[in-house]
Amino acid sequence: MRLTFHIPARSGRIAGAVTAATIALTLTACGGAKVGESSGGSSAAAGDCGTFNLAVNPWVGYEADAAVVAYVAEKDLNCKVNKKDLKEEIAWQGFGTGEVDAVLENWGHDDLKKKYIDEQKTAVAAGSTGNTGVIGWYVPPWMAAKYPDITDWNNLNKYASMFKTSESGGKGQLLDGDPSYVTNDEALVKNLKLDFKVVYAGSETALIQAFRQAESKKTPLLGYFYEPQWFLSEVKLAKVTLPAYTAGCDADAEKVACDYPKYDLDKIVSKKFADANGPAYKLVKAFNWSNDDQNVVAKYIAEDKMSPEDAAKKWVDANPDKVKAWLAQS
Amino acid sequence: MMVTTAPAAPAAPTSTAIPAAPPTGLRRHLGKPFQVVVVLAVWALVWLVTRGRDTLSLSPADLTPLHRWLNDVNDTVGANRNTSPIFLYFFNEIRAAIDALVTFIQGVISQPSFGRPVPVLGWLGVVAVVAYVSWVFANWRVALLAAGGFVFLGLQGLWQESMDTLALTVAAVAISLLFGIPLGIWAGLSDRFHRFVTPVLDFMQTMPTFVYLAPLTLLFLIGPASATIATLIYAMPPAIRITAHGIRSVPRSQIEATDSLGATGWQTLTGVLLPLSKRTIVLGVNQTIMAALSMVTIAALIDAPGLGKTVIKALQTLDVGTAFNAGLAIVVLAIVLDRVTTAASARVQQTTGRGGVRRLLVIGLGALAVVGCYLSYTYVWAAEFPGGAGLGSALARGADAVTTWAQDDLSTATEALKNIVTFALLNPFQALLTGSPWWLVGAVIGTLAALLGGLRAAVTTVVCVALLIGTGLWQDSMTTLAMTIVATLMVMVLGVVFGVWMGRNRHVDRIIRPILDAGQTMPAFVYLVPFLALFSASRFTAIVAAVVFAAPISIKIIADGVRGVSATTVEAATAAGSSTWQVITKVQLPMTRQSLTLAANQGLIYVLAMVVVGGLVGAGALGYDVVAGFSQGNLYGKGLAAGIAIVLLGIMLDRIAHAAAHRSGTTPFKRT
Repeated sequence: MRLTFHIPARSGRIAGAVTAATIALTLTACGGAKVGESSGGSSAAAGDCGTFNLAVNPWVGYEADAAVVAYVAEKDLNCKVNKKDLKEEIAWQGFGTGEVDAVLENWGHDDLKKKYIDEQKTAVAAGSTGNTGVIGWYVPPWMAAKYPDITDWNNLNKYASMFKTSESGGKGQLLDGDPSYVTNDEALVKNLKLDFKVVYAGSETALIQAFRQAESKKTPLLGYFYEPQWFLSEVKLAKVTLPAYTAGCDADAEKVACDYPKYDLDKIVSKKFADANGPAYKLVKAFNWSNDDQNVVAKYIAEDKMSPEDAAKKWVDANPDKVKAWLAQS
Repeated sequence: MMVTTAPAAPAAPTSTAIPAAPPTGLRRHLGKPFQVVVVLAVWALVWLVTRGRDTLSLSPADLTPLHRWLNDVNDTVGANRNTSPIFLYFFNEIRAAIDALVTFIQGVISQPSFGRPVPVLGWLGVVAVVAYVSWVFANWRVALLAAGGFVFLGLQGLWQESMDTLALTVAAVAISLLFGIPLGIWAGLSDRFHRFVTPVLDFMQTMPTFVYLAPLTLLFLIGPASATIATLIYAMPPAIRITAHGIRSVPRSQIEATDSLGATGWQTLTGVLLPLSKRTIVLGVNQTIMAALSMVTIAALIDAPGLGKTVIKALQTLDVGTAFNAGLAIVVLAIVLDRVTTAASARVQQTTGRGGVRRLLVIGLGALAVVGCYLSYTYVWAAEFPGGAGLGSALARGADAVTTWAQDDLSTATEALKNIVTFALLNPFQALLTGSPWWLVGAVIGTLAALLGGLRAAVTTVVCVALLIGTGLWQDSMTTLAMTIVATLMVMVLGVVFGVWMGRNRHVDRIIRPILDAGQTMPAFVYLVPFLALFSASRFTAIVAAVVFAAPISIKIIADGVRGVSATTVEAATAAGSSTWQVITKVQLPMTRQSLTLAANQGLIYVLAMVVVGGLVGAGALGYDVVAGFSQGNLYGKGLAAGIAIVLLGIMLDRIAHAAAHRSGTTPFKRT
């Protein structure tokens, strides 16, 4: 519908205006700073650290780890850090292909360890992060306050009818979450003879939203959760005690009737990265902090909406001794 | 399957097929629903006796030998990646080429490059080029829209992310077209190739991306290449399909006339077939772009740069506002690219050559665009988008406020709605499907296919049922099927209500259409959190998410159909004293039966495309199997099997619908 162009005289005028505009723009717009003029030579001089490919798995606690390690590697070691947002399995694949140098927070994953460390020999363990991972069943705090005995698994059947939903087929609902994490819940429900049905929420997002709403609306909810996790600083979920974990009690997946073990979260690096033994590898190996440390940085990111860089800077500035200790080892 | 623009040529009703219902046809139509009801009644009766038997259930943690074998195949590929010559000389070369292409485009528009702290073209240059190109290939109105849309991206504070997404989309679309158009021409010319390629395309479009993301990173490593290939697997099929459709729609007489003049095959192709199908091919380009944009968030899971990353990161902290802002940027990109290519396809038909004045303007405005590029290359103000993300954070705050309101004030009512639909409709239906023995369900589906579609459809259906059993995920498939059918019913209700309304009223159409576009292109990840707040983690949430995605296409198709009913017929009915209600139910809807069938078919395929997203919000079944397979190595094989099951469900339902539409007298339609 370019009606304008049917009338040559008018078009001619437009063409003239365009030309004039072009010239005017060229003449007047040439003010202001030029590209590259004021950048104070921040590039180059990457030192002998070189490039450091750091996988970032998709949860906030991990992002807190990655933010601090990347910050220290860039500021103190002059590394060029490439953060890559990847799911666990894909990150481990990257060890073999040289696309990933380090994974900072590994939750158990014996299957991956077997495959990549023992069989393919492309990865090696690089020690604990100092964080302890806890997996279990949780209820919102209002329930723990109102029904104090609910946090013992022996009493769960007593309350089962409260947990009924449209999804649980007449039984109580046990909401499971992100398939990335280990779960024995089906076996647990069966072997502990609980009148519950496992419903798969399918994502961490769904779990957090469910707990958030259960607490604010005071509705019953029993769900699978884990710590360290930033959400726990928003709503302090109460953990349900299951029969205590003993070594080997989870050996047969069908017959599990005990709590989850505590996970010593650890770091995994690619074999090549470890053999090269550069500054970035030494930093990764030395990196170690507490659950509280991680929770603080995770809170900066998740609740205070700081960028990972700013969150890392804030923590590093407040904890120079810890950082110094890592650097001393590297 | 992101058919955003309804003008999709195949949807247009063939002239005004007057429903001259002969008595025989009438009897047949009265008989068929009755037979279907009988089959369903028999099913319910047998179910009462046999329920719970032979249901082939498999718990989420269990595996079948097939799943284990698929795991082993995956492991073997991984273990041999660095030694096998196929990798060293084939996959690695492809990867290097695609990486270079994407990195180059990023260097031009999004990433610091060539030793500069900014890309070659700053925002002013990109806006100038986009506006100029839109004007040259389409018209000044969409040029203005394009410029405005791109400036909006900058105001949202997402300039660089948007350009990264654009770079990846451009690369994926370019490669899709490079291979897709020639393949489409081939499929248009050769019936044999067409028959061969159709199921392959079905596979590419319905296989959930989650299933092949991990293997892709194994073949093409982590980086732009894998993200681009993941995108083009989904984006290329529309280019092939619509090109083939365009070639096939050229009237026989035209080709014969050329042949009789002694033209060679090449001359026929370039002189007749391509010029006459040009408009349709441009529509294929349009659909390819839309499909590529719908992959933005998923590709971010393997480190694809751009807006998808912003959405995924925001989701980790349930930051709906930030996710919405980034999702809106994707919608804006989609609408701009859609309108420009649609307008360009309309332009293709007009003869160009408005003489010297236009040529003058082309040169003049071209010079202006070049100046814009130069300025953005040289000066900081034109290179980096000025100002903060004022608009972006305002939008984010707005979305947050709406979400909070929904989860606090609205959720009691919506929970009730969820419970009603679940207990009254979904649970009984699912009980029937999952509680029946497999042989009963198989027999019922086979009989229905035979009744509605004929022998051929019945055979296809039986094969699909057998293969579904083979995947080891029969019961999960039935659960997913129940949800799919309920969702499709809801899609059709919305489709008829809004489609008729839009078809009868142009103003309504103009207001609703952008909302439909948003429903189709807004990444589902953005609205998952509010939906979870409204309906908690449940199958119903998954259904609602699927309806949001699938209803727009059905509404658009039905609206087009209603508008296609000839005005004289409607006027005649009105003159004869019919009320509005009578005009709609007795004239407009019956005459758009073909559109209704197409709308149901497309709605269903779109619903299936959301099965995996449903798995993230509590749908369980096949969707969860796929998600779990993507997350845990030892469940990989099961996830792959679940992906195949989704494809089988899609092919089965699609073939039945096709055959039914064919048999019920309407002309067969092509899926786009």
